[in-house]
Amino acid sequence: MNKKTFFAFIGPSVLMMVLFIALPLVTVLKQSFYVTQPVYETLDVETCTPTFTGQLCVVETKTIPIIGDNGKALSQTNFVGFLNYQNVIEFPRVIAAFADNSWNQFMAIDFWKALRFTLSFTLITLPLVLFFGLLIALCINNVAQSIRGPVIFVSLLPMIITPVIGALAIKWLFIGDGILTSFLEWWLAKDIAMFAQAWTIELLMMFYRTWHVAPFAAIVFYAGLQTLNQDTIESAIIDGANRWEKLRYVVLPHLIPLIVFVTLIHLMDSYRVFEEVVGFSSQAHVISLQWLTYDFLTSDLMGNRSIGRASASSMLTMIGIVLLLIPVLRGVWLDYKGKRL
Amino acid sequence: MKDENLIQQPIALRLSSYFFLVFWCVMAAFPIFWISVMSVKLPFDAFDSNPLNVIFGPETLSKGKGLSLIDIIFALSIIFFTAKLATGWLVKMVNTYSPIGYRWLGWLVGAMTFGLSFIVIFLGFMPSLLSFLNDVSGPLGNNILGFSTEHYSTVWFEKDFINNFQNSLIVTTGVVTISLTFGTLAGYGLARSGSNLAFWILIIALVFRALPHSVLVTGYLPFFINSAEILRPIFGDAAPTLYGMPWATIAVLVAINQPFTIWMLRSFFQSIPAELDEAARVDGCSHFQAFRRVIMPVMWPGVITTGLFSFLLAYNDFLVTSMLLEAQNTTMVPAIASMFNMETTTTDQVVAVAAAVSIIAPLFFLVLFFQRQIVSGLTAGAVKG
Repeated sequence: MNKKTFFAFIGPSVLMMVLFIALPLVTVLKQSFYVTQPVYETLDVETCTPTFTGQLCVVETKTIPIIGDNGKALSQTNFVGFLNYQNVIEFPRVIAAFADNSWNQFMAIDFWKALRFTLSFTLITLPLVLFFGLLIALCINNVAQSIRGPVIFVSLLPMIITPVIGALAIKWLFIGDGILTSFLEWWLAKDIAMFAQAWTIELLMMFYRTWHVAPFAAIVFYAGLQTLNQDTIESAIIDGANRWEKLRYVVLPHLIPLIVFVTLIHLMDSYRVFEEVVGFSSQAHVISLQWLTYDFLTSDLMGNRSIGRASASSMLTMIGIVLLLIPVLRGVWLDYKGKRL
Repeated sequence: MKDENLIQQPIALRLSSYFFLVFWCVMAAFPIFWISVMSVKLPFDAFDSNPLNVIFGPETLSKGKGLSLIDIIFALSIIFFTAKLATGWLVKMVNTYSPIGYRWLGWLVGAMTFGLSFIVIFLGFMPSLLSFLNDVSGPLGNNILGFSTEHYSTVWFEKDFINNFQNSLIVTTGVVTISLTFGTLAGYGLARSGSNLAFWILIIALVFRALPHSVLVTGYLPFFINSAEILRPIFGDAAPTLYGMPWATIAVLVAINQPFTIWMLRSFFQSIPAELDEAARVDGCSHFQAFRRVIMPVMWPGVITTGLFSFLLAYNDFLVTSMLLEAQNTTMVPAIASMFNMETTTTDQVVAVAAAVSIIAPLFFLVLFFQRQIVSGLTAGAVKG
């Protein structure tokens, strides 16, 4: 295939990605150094109210936005350097928190709170997903052929469900005196409110995410188990391997590429945790990096959106995912070079 | 020589496998099953702390809303026979009567007629027939299971969910068709080119796939809101405000979906031997003709699978649609957020539950019909590397 045909084939797709992914990234980088604000003017406004004895006039100094010709408030965009980043990271408060040696004070800053949750969410759910995925796959592989289909059907349901709805479904089981909360209360014999403090909400979110992603891992691993070479297993058995050694030295090494694949996908997806915050309505207790950007973007009562701050937090979020993915991508690159040599 | 004792699993291990799978299936299906049960109960029952009350719904029953044994048996048997017909008779009819080469059209028409007639019979004729049967059959006709569809009618008619449903339909159809058109072309090109450039495009696509969507939305939003002014020098007064336009949202979702689509389609194309297009080329086809006439006809399974995942992305999306479409005119998923956020009374909550069940019902049927394609899609990227 020559260059020209190749470009004709990939053209539309690459154009889409340049227009709607690469270009917005450049815009975000630029926006993060600017602030757009309505232009205000300070006016002396005289308001008069009639009284019994005549008119009572008060002169007040008011700051009001200037209305342009088109009826909208005029706005101006200024270059502010790293001000947006400073407003997001809030270094003075970080330093103050460290000076006080106070973790709570540190966690009161939105960005660090979101970063802490996003990272711990990503890193805690990853082993859970891998473990339960593998367990389900091994079990499916272990049972009669006839019930594998129905089991896979049921397993697909949590994976395919709309994330917001999935989170809501879990929430409705636990909210107030929902049946699972009342079950827990009966079992532990104490009063439980799952949505009153941060750590229980985080627990539910991690439970939800594992429930949502484990089927994906399970099906990928199950497909990998089907391609397992039976001869290798037999020779391992002849060499005297017991069941655990067989799993440890034959099955797991065979699944390594798939484990890397699931890890990669899961890191990407769980780093952008967002739907859980919406579904559990947890913004008062737990927020994630994506939710922070979303919140900056949402217009406030005056109809203003803090685009600059959203861009700064977007850039920081992006740096995070790149750092997280570098080890994996480096592996892909080395693999590619190895294949070419 | 095999050691039979080691090949044969001990009974305890097999039993615990079964036991764990039962446990997992219950856990996987329970939340979904439970919200469907809640959605047909009056608020007092739906949020009762006693699970039996939620299932049987005494409060709903006392309001005279329920199903009798006859209703349940009748409905279940109709569903059972519909499923039988759909897997037997319908398949045969479509295979016999669809014009050659347009099997998909036959399926589309067949499935639509079948679905419509099922809805007409199930929702149109059955209720009146059953109320007559219940009246004449004495004790068997007494209600035993609380059941009320009033929340569904609130959601769909009062809250105007039909409008949101139409928007979802427009957005998902647009996203699936466009991303498949662009994706198959690019996937084919990438699969058949061994150049360094192809490798780098794939790696960059992988990085793009990792981007949080909020980052991209931050890039679009100011431009979309002000696009009428920004584009005026180019388009004159016809310059559109992209904010709130379904087409703009579709374009954004297609772009976000593109990296994943080309990766998946590429791996499907790679599984088709390159000798096939070489043969077509020898017979005088250009690259595009080979793609169109020789490769695409054997690619349908891969295209359907990728289309399913594009559909899921567009259908399940919350962030992009809620940001780029007007709040009054969004798709179904953002619309439900406004419902559960203003839930002031328990009735509002159950209405939100009914909306949630309405949203996931199509997904349930999707898994039912396309289970094999979904599984092959999940493993396509992974197993072939």
